[in-house]
Amino acid sequence: MTTTTASARPGERTVGKSSPGAARGPRRRTGRIRRIGLPYLLLLPALVLELLVHLVPMVIGIVMSFKELTQFYIRDWSIAPWTGVDNYRISVDFDAPVGEALLHSFLVTCGFTVLSVGLCWFVGTAAAICMQDTFRGRGLLRALFLVPYALPVYAAVITWAFMFQHDNGLVNHVLHDQLGLTDKPSFWLIGDNSFVALLVVSVWKGWPFAFLIVMAGLQNIPKDLYEAAALDGAGVWQQIRRITLPSLRPVNQVLILVLFLWTFNDFNTPYVLFGKAAPAAADLISIHIYQSSFVTWNFGTGSAMSVLLLLFLLVVTGVYLLLTSRGRRSTHA
Amino acid sequence: MRSIRAAAVGAVTLSLALAASACGGGSASGGGSNDSPKTLTYWASNQGASVEVDKKVLQPELDKFEKQTGIKVELEVVPWSDLLNRILTATTSGQGPDVLNIGNTWSASLQATGALLPWDEKNFDKIGGKDRFVGSALGSTGVHGQDPAAVPLYSMAYALYYNKKMFADAGVTQPPATWDELVEVGRKISKDGKWALGAEGSNLSNNIHQVFVLGKQHGADFFTADGKPDFTSDGAVAAVKQYVDLMAKDKIIAPGNAEYAQNQSLSDFAKDKTAMVLWQTASATFASMGMKEDEWGVAPAPVQSGEPGTGTNTNSMVAGINMAVFKNTDNIDGATEFVKFMTSDAEQKILNKAYGSIPPVKAAQSDPAFNSPATAVLRDTLATSATALPQVPDESQFETAVGTAVKELFADAAAGRPVTTESVKAALAKAQQQMPTK
Repeated sequence: MTTTTASARPGERTVGKSSPGAARGPRRRTGRIRRIGLPYLLLLPALVLELLVHLVPMVIGIVMSFKELTQFYIRDWSIAPWTGVDNYRISVDFDAPVGEALLHSFLVTCGFTVLSVGLCWFVGTAAAICMQDTFRGRGLLRALFLVPYALPVYAAVITWAFMFQHDNGLVNHVLHDQLGLTDKPSFWLIGDNSFVALLVVSVWKGWPFAFLIVMAGLQNIPKDLYEAAALDGAGVWQQIRRITLPSLRPVNQVLILVLFLWTFNDFNTPYVLFGKAAPAAADLISIHIYQSSFVTWNFGTGSAMSVLLLLFLLVVTGVYLLLTSRGRRSTHA
Repeated sequence: MRSIRAAAVGAVTLSLALAASACGGGSASGGGSNDSPKTLTYWASNQGASVEVDKKVLQPELDKFEKQTGIKVELEVVPWSDLLNRILTATTSGQGPDVLNIGNTWSASLQATGALLPWDEKNFDKIGGKDRFVGSALGSTGVHGQDPAAVPLYSMAYALYYNKKMFADAGVTQPPATWDELVEVGRKISKDGKWALGAEGSNLSNNIHQVFVLGKQHGADFFTADGKPDFTSDGAVAAVKQYVDLMAKDKIIAPGNAEYAQNQSLSDFAKDKTAMVLWQTASATFASMGMKEDEWGVAPAPVQSGEPGTGTNTNSMVAGINMAVFKNTDNIDGATEFVKFMTSDAEQKILNKAYGSIPPVKAAQSDPAFNSPATAVLRDTLATSATALPQVPDESQFETAVGTAVKELFADAAAGRPVTTESVKAALAKAQQQMPTK
């Protein structure tokens, strides 16, 4: 066994040693290949995991969306008959019941997402700005603000479900019995108010994340900017408008994108709040697709809906990133 | 260099191992074998007050089985909310238990997956023959004309449970036998924060059970003879409207019940807030809520007129739990032996006594424990006036679609919006359109 090659370290030149010139070329090439290949080799486990956890299920889901996958075939989904684009056609035929229900659910989700993300951002930002100055009890208050983010989602949402109950819930007790704001106790878990209930829980759950991110963003704004502005006579509101918000723009761009994706796909909140059959007013698309797939056992149609949702989110995210990066470029210019 | 090379080798090995493991599993093989004759896994449905209670009831019996046969049974009690999804996952992956409990209304839907062992004559002979079981219970084990996909284990039926104190306070001397009587009694009781009848308006399965029975009383079946959805027939519309009208028009169900789905109506009953509930085998639950046996009575569920019986005087669905064997079990003989054990006369008495249900095995029903006033009503209902839910592959979808329609109608009633024949028909038409067309 020769040890000639083993003595060469990565990046070490072996030229000029006593080895014959004919052997120098291939050896150098081997070393270069090894140098270039090693990082990829080390990345391989991560790539394989990514492949297994994300790509393979995604490809299977896309294949399923072209199949008639019902209870008759779930034991071996590969033998389910091909239906071409039928599942997609059914999903986007908005005059037929399946498509109409999907469109309704999509519109509900869009409205819900805009309101929830907007409110989360607003409340989170307002709280972070208020907490910028030091005062007695700030640490405690900051920790309290993060409690909804730290609680397990299931436990938190089920507690909300108890509070929203018509007969014994805390919400009606306060609004109706104590404050007299409503003529009679309202229904929050069924009917039209369910949208409000869902929004309240979603914002309660989501704003601490916005608070955390904005708070981190605020740390990067130099204090002297505010001091200079104050010397120039700028009030608090002007400082927020002219300094804080523009400085937070890169943070907000990421924050809003993340909140949008999380909220649009949120499954836990509506499922724990309403069960597998959400009221029409709060029929978010995640629950709708779950119901199409796992409750009515129409896995093919459910997969097609999932692919459509994925495409929608990809397009929205792509456009958003394009617009925000263009905005950033023009700002820098 | 050596450490880098070792890391690279490790990385590649790990990648290959992961890739290889991903290629494993796959779909279920058909047939079953006896490769693992000394063990069985059993998914039991949650029958008792909690999963822990079930373990306490079942484990001594499983130990008894192990002593008799040398086969160890690994028990997992699965909550109802998870059971169907767990079964579907097991069906898809082929990695399920050997033996499992299923809700009997799912029999035909799960039969269609082909994952369950068909109980042909040969298999039934291994557990003592089909004749040992009550006919109505056998009626909910799969599509008629096909070998059953499961064997009845516990049977239940709906009855009218009434709160004696609330009846006495309202001057009502006997439980209502017809719906008209129930509404009449209900109006006497429904005042001063008290309500006559409890409902679980957001529980899809419960909604289906009630409207199916009322549908039978109106001559409707929700499915045609060849298994196609028929939700908008006059009888089906009348049935749904009659049920929702108990809240919307008759005002004998509290509006708050529209959002009930976690058996809150039973809790109201135990707290003297609701005088009646239509329920299956509720005695154990009432006891767990602190009610004494003499505080409540039980009567057959109402009919439109006359006495309960088959046909249009059906007053209950055949409720219950079936026992099924996964086709690809590694211990087919042991699994069959276990089903034989669990459906033996002796075990049927022990288990059904523990759960307050009725044995679907004829010989076990003769035990005096099933002749108490409460259980006798359930037993007679099962024998004479209960009908199995439609045994069609789309039954599970039917529960969701129509159950949701009834839930939405209850929400309308609770909010004070009118519930008319047209609105009921529209809701049912929408439900029917959501059913699979293939």
